[in-house]
Amino acid sequence: MTLMRCLLIPLLMAIAVGLCLTILSLPEGEPGLQEAVAQQLTDSGVRNPVTAVLLNFRAYDTLLELVVLLLAVLGVWSFGAHAGASAPGAGEVLDALARLITPILILVSVYLLWAGAHAPGGAFQAGAVLSAAAVLLILCGWQPPAVLGRAPLRLGLTLGITGFLLVGMSTLFSGRSLLQYPPDHAGSLIMLIETAATGAIALTLTLLFIGTAPAGRNPS
Amino acid sequence: MTAATFYAFVAVGLLCIALHGLVTQQHLVRKILSLNILGSSVFLLLVALAKRAPDAPPDPVSHAMVITGIVVAVSATALTLSLMLKLHEATGLTQLPEDTEG
Amino acid sequence: MEALNLLTWAIDALLGLCLLWLAWWALATPELFRAIVLFVVFSLFLALVWVRLAAPDVALAEAAIGAGLTGALLMSAMARLHAATATPPELRGSPEPDTDAPKAADAGRPDSP
Repeated sequence: MTLMRCLLIPLLMAIAVGLCLTILSLPEGEPGLQEAVAQQLTDSGVRNPVTAVLLNFRAYDTLLELVVLLLAVLGVWSFGAHAGASAPGAGEVLDALARLITPILILVSVYLLWAGAHAPGGAFQAGAVLSAAAVLLILCGWQPPAVLGRAPLRLGLTLGITGFLLVGMSTLFSGRSLLQYPPDHAGSLIMLIETAATGAIALTLTLLFIGTAPAGRNPS
Repeated sequence: MTAATFYAFVAVGLLCIALHGLVTQQHLVRKILSLNILGSSVFLLLVALAKRAPDAPPDPVSHAMVITGIVVAVSATALTLSLMLKLHEATGLTQLPEDTEG
Repeated sequence: MEALNLLTWAIDALLGLCLLWLAWWALATPELFRAIVLFVVFSLFLALVWVRLAAPDVALAEAAIGAGLTGALLMSAMARLHAATATPPELRGSPEPDTDAPKAADAGRPDSP
């Protein structure tokens, strides 16, 4: 153990020096893939280059990222119930803050979803803000309604992936390959995918925070 | 030295701090914090190197990769924290077993 | 303008040094709660750095997910850890590794080797 500790600092310094030399040896002023993206931006259906890359040029990566989120929720659910603390009663400040800020957060989330086409924003940011509102409500003691039992919850979780896949596979019928949107309708297709993805991301992040599976999941 | 190169060096420094913390810290939550800082340092390196041309717009592919990386990092953090809580329930430890013996 | 360049450089240097200092302090402080709070502050400073590097989408994602949700997850886990440590063993949810049963069984048998 002490040998590793003695070796650790020189090893880290070697890593640091190596990385710094690599950074300094990179060519100056390289634009990277920015010009390639800018050339194809008009065909992509959106005006924000990052959204175009996320949802059009590298749409397959985004689809698999939604799958990764789903796998994380499944992993957290597989551990069963945690013997842990229940949420303490919310103080007045937190309660007042939650009442004031939740409508604003929902509005900001919808705006970010819509603005992602032409300005900074998009599905991930909108889903994250929406899940922040849900986490705030949960911290104040809000229980999700029991009617959102097992089936609607599971449906909502898979909504993003299935929506994405349906839109992507619909392009197969018009003779294109998977996820190759027609340039005329690319904007609306992207907006459709982003809406489904926002709901799924918000639900997934909130479930990751809650941690335990919904009641009735484990019969034991 | 441009701002991009400066932030790239800061990222290398963060990477070394996070690696040092990952190896030397024994409490599992601190290890998870070190992993998160490690991930953030790699994202900083990616985005800093995407803005190497001072006048041109930055490279959007790197930004998309980093946004994906942030979301994956938070889901990995959630899963790791669940694992840690389960380990604590089963054994009562908040450190890895080899760290408590050594 | 020379003054604006100097100011920009000062902001960059300040942000970079704050990031390094916060990361070091977050991992070196003995209290866990303070470490988590410092990590959330680190994420917020990182969101400022994203804005400085002309990456507003990444800044939005980092501020919402990195600072907000990761901080909430870490705090929730820490609260569960402390609650589980404070609960007496008899009241814990999951059964502990049963170390008492074999000894009781051995005490029942008079001649155990």
